[in-house]
Amino acid sequence: MIANAQPQERIATAAEAPLIEARNVTRILPGIVPTTLVRNISLRIGGNEFIAITGPSGSGKSSLLYLLGLLDLPTSGEVLIRGRATHAMTEDERAHVRLSTLGFVFQFHFLLPEFSIVDNVMLPMRALGGRPEEDMRERAKVLLSSLGLADHLDKRPDQLSGGQRQRVAVARALANEPAVILADEPTGSLDSKSSEQVFDLLRHIVEDQGKTVVAVTHHLGFAERTDRRIELIDGTIVADRQIAKRA
Amino acid sequence: MNLVLDIAWTHVRTRVRQTGFAVAGVATGVGFSIMMAALMQGSQDDFTNRLVNTLPHITVSDERRVPPKQLAETMFEAAQFYGLAPEARRRGIKNPLATMAALEAWLPGNVAPSVKVQGIIRYANRDVGASVIGIDPAREAAVSELAKQMRGAPLAALFRATNAIVLGDRLAEKIGARIGANITVQTSEGARINAQVVGFFRSGLRQMDEGTAYVLAKTGQILAQQTGLINELRVRLKDPMASREIAQRIEGDTGYKSVSWQEAHEDLLSTFLIRNLIMYTVVGAILLVASFGTYNIISTITHEKARDIAILKSLGLREETVRTIFVVEALIIGAAGAAAGFVLGYLLCIALGAIEIRNPFVDMTRLPLTYAYWHYLVAGLAALFSSVAAGYLPARKAARLHPVDIIRGAT
Repeated sequence: MIANAQPQERIATAAEAPLIEARNVTRILPGIVPTTLVRNISLRIGGNEFIAITGPSGSGKSSLLYLLGLLDLPTSGEVLIRGRATHAMTEDERAHVRLSTLGFVFQFHFLLPEFSIVDNVMLPMRALGGRPEEDMRERAKVLLSSLGLADHLDKRPDQLSGGQRQRVAVARALANEPAVILADEPTGSLDSKSSEQVFDLLRHIVEDQGKTVVAVTHHLGFAERTDRRIELIDGTIVADRQIAKRA
Repeated sequence: MNLVLDIAWTHVRTRVRQTGFAVAGVATGVGFSIMMAALMQGSQDDFTNRLVNTLPHITVSDERRVPPKQLAETMFEAAQFYGLAPEARRRGIKNPLATMAALEAWLPGNVAPSVKVQGIIRYANRDVGASVIGIDPAREAAVSELAKQMRGAPLAALFRATNAIVLGDRLAEKIGARIGANITVQTSEGARINAQVVGFFRSGLRQMDEGTAYVLAKTGQILAQQTGLINELRVRLKDPMASREIAQRIEGDTGYKSVSWQEAHEDLLSTFLIRNLIMYTVVGAILLVASFGTYNIISTITHEKARDIAILKSLGLREETVRTIFVVEALIIGAAGAAAGFVLGYLLCIALGAIEIRNPFVDMTRLPLTYAYWHYLVAGLAALFSSVAAGYLPARKAARLHPVDIIRGAT
């Protein structure tokens, strides 16, 4: 009984801590004229949230997303993932956190052009390792099929439409069962029909899989239908609105 | 397949032409290195074999390295004497049979006695200086290949006539002597005999064929004007490469000057060293140039693949993994180049071996080539190593790439 106490306690704190927490994060690009991308932002992102980060161009929304996703390091302040401080981690440790807890979707699909889409989705799983390749392939197929790509499994990215590619990118982001999907303008380069599909997909991930999605977007129609909207101007949060939970 | 190998292989596979050229560069380097090594080693081995087969491995002569001192010099060390000539001794190896028996007891090889005299061979108004060596034909077979190098008659022909003589073929040509010719041999000791040419030999070493004649030991002693004289012991060892050490030991045991074939041809052997130095420099340069090609292709791939690298890193691949991908690509090019180079090198060797060449100094009709597995091993390893080194620099640069820089640039 006593032996069990400690792990339980640890799980408890991990559950209490927000998934991602930013504390007074500032990011300044060095240069002859230093540019402040993000200014003193504090933010808590919990489980099962659907968040849109909006703001005009150059307001620092993408930069904030990169900081939250550990792709970039803050000049001052810190980002915690599940209560773990990340600024003291080595580059490899941060890479492992990205691999296991975070999933990324960018404006451009960034799929490896030489690999079939199944192989592309398997990529993060293989990088993480720990299970047989056959299982990974099976999971990649299931993921892609659930996104309506069952007929294209062995095609290469350039044989698919923009919307299909973006769905593959979402599947890749989901590969390692991350707690959070960070999306940078996921519909930015898509037509309205494909945008709608990708939006529905992200909502589905939040509602049915209990994950958190943080999406940077300048697309108002997109932002209006999320649960929480964070608005940035000149690298500062000017509004952080929680919209009444849907029924 | 491993993820790293998979990506590396895909990158290389989808750039057939570029990688083809890089592989061809490495292959050319490896192939020509192998060819050069085979040629260099071949000519060296060929020459060494000729030396080793023709000459006794060790020649023990009745000379001393340092002229013996006069008795007075050894008695009164502090005093200095002027005008002293070195002590004159009776020529020849003392008690040659006992010395030979002592040597044969431990030597891994055979010993034969001989008498060596400097003389002038005269025929039809032509004079040629030559070393006249008196031998025992029965024992000579054990210490040199002379019996196999005979032309026109076997070595035993020396017994056919009184004062029979065997001439080097070039020597015979020079004076115009044929078998049966009666020539005159005159020595520095003042002896002068008429000898009958009974045969020729051809060793392949010009220096030997032009200036050596063989007679029976007895005839040699007459020419030296000293009965029972043996002034040279000729030694042939089972392992010719051990000659240097054994010559030293003989000299230590007997006090007589013992010259190994290596010492006798030190100047030639030292040119081999320089030749090898030149060869390895050239080979190294070829492989270096080939590695520039590898550097180029890996650099190009990393530039083209900057987006892929960014995405791999943003997904959470470690720097080391990304670096390994490109080093593995270089390794694939190096390995493919080495493999193709082995084939190229082998074919080049065969092609070179088919060329006929006439060399005025040594008789050979084909280029001597040595096929040694270590030539391939060394060239292959050098290719792999230089490829990895060439791939490492761009790989490191690529791995350090900041994903945000690329992703931001794309958006």
